[in-house]
Amino acid sequence: MSTLAENYPGEIKSILAKYPPDQKRSAVMALIYLAQREGGYVTKQALREIAEICEISTTDVASLVGFYSLYYDQPGGKYRLQVCTDLPCALRGAEQFLENLCENLGIKVGETTADGLLTVEHVMCLAACDKAPMFQVQSGEGLAYYENQTAESALELVGRLRRREAGKDGR
Amino acid sequence: MDAKYLLLRHREIPDINRLEVYRQHGGYQAFHKAVTAMTPAEVTAVVKASGLRGRGGAGFPTGLKWSFIDAHKWPHYVVANADESEPGTFKDREIMEGNPYQFLEGVAIAAYAIQANAAYIYLRGEFWQLAGQLDQRIAELEATGLLGDQLFGTDYSLRMYTHLGAGAYICGEETALLESMEGKLGQPRLRPPFPPSFGLYGKPTVVNNVETLANVPLIVERGADWYRTFGTEKSTGVKIFSLSGCVNKPGNYELPLGATFRELIFEHGGGIPGGREIKAIMPAGASSSLIVANQEALDTPMDYESVPNVGAALGSASVIVIDDSVSVPWLIRKTIHFFKHESCGKCTPCREGTYWMMHLTERIDSGQAGWEDVELLREVASQVRGKCLCALGEFSIEAVLSGIERFQSDFEARVQSKQIEGEPEPQAAG
Amino acid sequence: MAKLVTLTIDEKQVTVPEGTLIVDAAKKIGVDVPVFCYHPKMEPVGMCRMCLVDIGRPLRDRNTGELLLEPDGSPRIQFGPKLETACTTPVSEGMVVVGDADNVRRGRKDIIEFILTSHPLDCPICDKGGECPLQDLTMDHGPGQSRFIYDEKIHLAKHVPLGELIVLDRERCIQCGRCVRYQDEIVDDPVIAFHNRGRSLEIVTFSEPGFDSYFSGNTTDICPVGALTTADFRFEARPWELKSAASLCSQCPVGCNITFNVRREAKSGGNWVIKRVMPRQNEAVNEIWICDKGRFAYHYTESPERIKQPLVRKNGELTPASLEEALQVVAARLREAGEGLLTLASGRLSNEDLFNLRELTAGVGGKTGLYSQMGGGDLVAQVGVGKGTDFALMGPETAILVVASNLLEEAPIWWSRLKQAADRGARLIVVNPRPTKLDRYAAHTIRYPYGSETAAILALLNAISAKRPNLPESVQSLARAAELQAAAKTFADAQDAVVLYGSEGTSLAASQALAQACANLLIATGHIGRPNNGLLGVWSRANEQGAWDMGFRPLPDLQGAMKAARALYVVAADPARDDPLLAETGEFMVVQELFLTDTARLADVVLPVRAYTEREGTYTTGERRVQRFYPALPEPAGVKADFAISAQIGQLLGLELEGRSPARVMERIASQVPDYAGVSYNELAKVSEQWPIVGRGDLYYGGTSYENKQGLGVQLSSAAHRGETVTLGWPAWPEVKTAAGSLLAVPVTRLYDRGNTVLPSRLLHPRIGQPHVLMHPSNARELGVREGDTVQVTLNGSGNVVVARLDRSLPLDVVLVPRSMGLPIAGPVGVQVRVVERVAV
Ligand SMILES: Cc1cc2nc3c(=O)[nH]c(=O)nc-3n(C[C@H](O)[C@H](O)[C@H](O)COP(=O)(O)O)c2cc1C
Ligand code: SF4
Ligand code: FES
Repeated sequence: MSTLAENYPGEIKSILAKYPPDQKRSAVMALIYLAQREGGYVTKQALREIAEICEISTTDVASLVGFYSLYYDQPGGKYRLQVCTDLPCALRGAEQFLENLCENLGIKVGETTADGLLTVEHVMCLAACDKAPMFQVQSGEGLAYYENQTAESALELVGRLRRREAGKDGR
Repeated sequence: MDAKYLLLRHREIPDINRLEVYRQHGGYQAFHKAVTAMTPAEVTAVVKASGLRGRGGAGFPTGLKWSFIDAHKWPHYVVANADESEPGTFKDREIMEGNPYQFLEGVAIAAYAIQANAAYIYLRGEFWQLAGQLDQRIAELEATGLLGDQLFGTDYSLRMYTHLGAGAYICGEETALLESMEGKLGQPRLRPPFPPSFGLYGKPTVVNNVETLANVPLIVERGADWYRTFGTEKSTGVKIFSLSGCVNKPGNYELPLGATFRELIFEHGGGIPGGREIKAIMPAGASSSLIVANQEALDTPMDYESVPNVGAALGSASVIVIDDSVSVPWLIRKTIHFFKHESCGKCTPCREGTYWMMHLTERIDSGQAGWEDVELLREVASQVRGKCLCALGEFSIEAVLSGIERFQSDFEARVQSKQIEGEPEPQAAG
Repeated sequence: MAKLVTLTIDEKQVTVPEGTLIVDAAKKIGVDVPVFCYHPKMEPVGMCRMCLVDIGRPLRDRNTGELLLEPDGSPRIQFGPKLETACTTPVSEGMVVVGDADNVRRGRKDIIEFILTSHPLDCPICDKGGECPLQDLTMDHGPGQSRFIYDEKIHLAKHVPLGELIVLDRERCIQCGRCVRYQDEIVDDPVIAFHNRGRSLEIVTFSEPGFDSYFSGNTTDICPVGALTTADFRFEARPWELKSAASLCSQCPVGCNITFNVRREAKSGGNWVIKRVMPRQNEAVNEIWICDKGRFAYHYTESPERIKQPLVRKNGELTPASLEEALQVVAARLREAGEGLLTLASGRLSNEDLFNLRELTAGVGGKTGLYSQMGGGDLVAQVGVGKGTDFALMGPETAILVVASNLLEEAPIWWSRLKQAADRGARLIVVNPRPTKLDRYAAHTIRYPYGSETAAILALLNAISAKRPNLPESVQSLARAAELQAAAKTFADAQDAVVLYGSEGTSLAASQALAQACANLLIATGHIGRPNNGLLGVWSRANEQGAWDMGFRPLPDLQGAMKAARALYVVAADPARDDPLLAETGEFMVVQELFLTDTARLADVVLPVRAYTEREGTYTTGERRVQRFYPALPEPAGVKADFAISAQIGQLLGLELEGRSPARVMERIASQVPDYAGVSYNELAKVSEQWPIVGRGDLYYGGTSYENKQGLGVQLSSAAHRGETVTLGWPAWPEVKTAAGSLLAVPVTRLYDRGNTVLPSRLLHPRIGQPHVLMHPSNARELGVREGDTVQVTLNGSGNVVVARLDRSLPLDVVLVPRSMGLPIAGPVGVQVRVVERVAV
């Protein structure tokens, strides 16, 4: 398995450059995101490597992965559809929206589609309350918002993601 | 100055999120003026005089905070709080997307005022794309000489960096935010000491909300008296009200402090959909008490002094509107679920209290509870009060206690539904 | 001296130094403020919220600053809007603290009730039951019955091993964070941490092995519930069934005070057995901590391998005999041998044993020898640390120089105390051939090639003194290095300074020289004869300093001396095991031992002895503090203590030795060994109030470490301290030469080795690991050796098959050989390494 240092030497350098030289530990959060790029979650080896870079213990890195909800120590779907069902969105039908989405995908909240492509989750307020129903898509590459959604628009996106994957395999 | 907006200027000035356009409209004159023509103390004095108060929730006087910075310990830091995670709050995001340079200029001026050479912007992890944009803008500013070494030929230097959180509401609390920035668990610190004496890396630090900082350039450019022409005596200036929930036109509305709930909800927000009646208002997001939306409440000015008169606080001014289709037990079940999910777990009352209240609210809302459970819920909530290490735990009980007290009949209905078998659950709107 | 502040706590007045926390001020006057997360040895965090009190402060006039007064003239007190945490609030003048009031009681009840909502109700089967702060505080402050529906409790894993030594019960954890903070703040091993957040917070470890720390056991003492327990004691017994006996750890020169918990149990055939080792408070020695070796290695004392019957060699066979018979034989042979007698003993013995051995040996005109690879105990007696020395008192005014020692491995508790001294500002100077964990806290780190430790110290001396002995070129460049110059200055300028010398890479001769060089440095800079000044040897055995004080000296040519001896009397030592060359012995050998060791197997007579847990005695620590240990278990029938055996042999030889009791032997020691004048068992048993107060009714405060009621011991004064003149000596050190391109094997010390007093503890086997050597990866590459390969290591003419471990922090061209790990090594020596078997990859 190739290491972070091999894959992202440049990124690591610029991340560390943000903080005082004696505060390498501050880089840990950004490095965890980096480690999630490949598989969408943090492997044990990555934990060790991040610990080395930041000069802290592997346990301390793992502890952070557990604390923050955008970090994962287990693989999930390649794309995580995270629907906000917090109060303001719920007042605008987000729970219904989530239900429909799950029905259409034939999975329950928290589950992953058979093709391993999509995991559907509900999350807390995403600061888009005026554009509910809405969700974000988290993948190794990062996060994107999808606002003012309908069952249709959501399925359209799902279709796009599926075709994109198929295309990748095709090549 | 007849512009409609001070903060949401992108709504009338297209492309102000491009540096040259922002500069055509006076951008970075304030920063230039501060660095070249004012002492740090003078800058702080203007902001103090303007009466600007923190927009992050606590409403603490901004200039005063800056003046607390410990001048015996160096270096100093400015940290912009862009964690914006309070349910119902989405104003900082619009500023950073639509009018980013005014915010960044505000950060720069704050940094100069406390002589910080490094400023960090802590964004919630979900603002991942936004962070990318800000990184580019910061690079652009360095390229243009508006950030970097020896600015405007003085010996003042400033660097700016973004720092991305990773999904934790508690990291909006300033000391938890600092812990998080240091690569530790986002759990609040003991206070005192406060950030101006012991902040990032233990160094004197000013933490300010995005909206707070976005006000600063105009204040420095046009003066305290000009700023005081907006808002009320004690609550000066304008505020962005994030309007959400059961309204026709949810969104951000920039109004002078002191505008009434009625103006916001009915004039600007277009009233309640589906001909329903307004039932309650949460003026400060999920952390808010429930205000009974009677005439008196609707005519209450939205400023730091008046909102308490109707049993709530202005907080971050995230106004969630509740109509008569919503059952309060369902509502507090939602808010408690949020706080239980976000409790950092450091202190006992919040960690255990929110967990216990979650079980109680679930049973009550699903009609599985008797009145004694509602009583118990009230007691557990009161038991949390005043014992927590930070405000999150204290926030978690506001809706619960005000809900039970002010909307008792909703709870009675739920409790009775225990007997009546198979009664359909009242649904939330939409 | 901090300014004093007077306040009132529950109507009692107390005056304490400014900055004291309310919770501690209350403790001082016996007012109990319940706590869970607070611990007097750690920074307050205010997490658990159990310590709530009502705090009032005197009102002052805004303008004049004058106190506002009540009509009756007393200051007007204003109480806060809400209860505050006593563990985070420092005292202030005129403060009024109320704990004994309804609102406060309610507040505490509320917190307890919250904690109980997710705490299981399994006290009847919980190891902590009976000494559980949560249990006790629930009794005192808790609600009558739970209003939390049981089915809504979260249920979590109840048996989560955090490595082999510590077991976590997730349900019981109350998230006080004491364990996590101890590991981070006090011993800097952050190998456990909180995972998840909110109600799902749980302790995890991701180190390999799990909970990889030499101090992990201490977390079980400060855990306020039964969440953390030792794998050793788990489900073994209930605290109230246990009797306790005061004792000392027998593993290293720190001399940690401990308590053995013992009980008589059916499953052990109705015998008394040790159930666990607990720390016993001695703030000047181990505070309230012990290391895991001290906690888990005691099992050797109860090993079934122990010999209980004397053996005498009859027509080639070692055969059981009566003690009388055996002693007759021994007496006869010793008389014969006369000056041909060599008595070889180790620092595993008590002072009383060693003293009687010396008397016995002198009585027949023989010689004594100390079985050790370290020298310098005589110098420590002269310029050792002055009476009143205490690492806990060392701060910015003190320089601490550690040379040729991997202190964490050689004396873990000293390591942790030095680390904390450095945290307080003490200037640490680490002089070692390879990096060690102590470097992290060092003001100066100095590296020298293995074998040049003495030269490195002389280089320091040169840097500050006029006299300039010329140095071997191995350290010429080092001597010029700015870092060394700076370190020398730091040391010389410090008001107080101590030097600890260990045995990293040193032979006996080298160690002797090193000690002399260190002594010279201390004398030259005037750092002798005062508290917190002087020399310490990091000995490898608990009472090695005592052995020196009792007149035992290591023998330069041990092999020769053993061969030459007409009679060998080997006590508490196993030379044959450490080095095959030491297996050839003279005409007659008697071995006095716990086990049938390799040496014992070669003996003509073998005498069984009591373990130190079965008798009384004293050890002298590296800081030259004489301390008592008491019997924990009843004496085994027919087996005697060493001092008594010597006395009995003496009797047969018509010598008048004291054999009645160790206390009486100590009377003789006191009268004949000047340094020990005035030492008596009564003196040693004296105690005085220690801070923090632990081990009383309030285990929630300090944890389950035992209160010291049995004696803090007596610290001896060094010759220098008594004002006797001490003079510089010339250290002649053996030069270490290796043929170019060949590797040098050097001995190093590991905490967990395969010694007779460690190996019997099965629990530790995974940590002890296989016999191995360490080398730098690039040396390994040249030899085609990979991590984990089995290699043939040839040194001192003997080939040994061990595992190769690679470590890039090591210097080049050396092979580190851990002592007592199955390879014979007494000092630096040339070595060949070749691969025998590759690890599968
Ligand atoms: C639980 C909690 C969450 C908070 N979240 C935010 C937030 O998302 N954004 C913010 O600016 N302030 C937040 N605050 C307030 C900050 O602690 C701090 O008061 C503020 O950033 C100071 O900036 P200001 O004076 O400009 O308002 C939060 C406070 C608490 C207790
Ligand atoms: S109140 Fe909640 S969020 Fe704040 S410290 Fe306590 S547990 Fe953490
Ligand atoms: S909060 Fe004071 S003891 Fe835990």
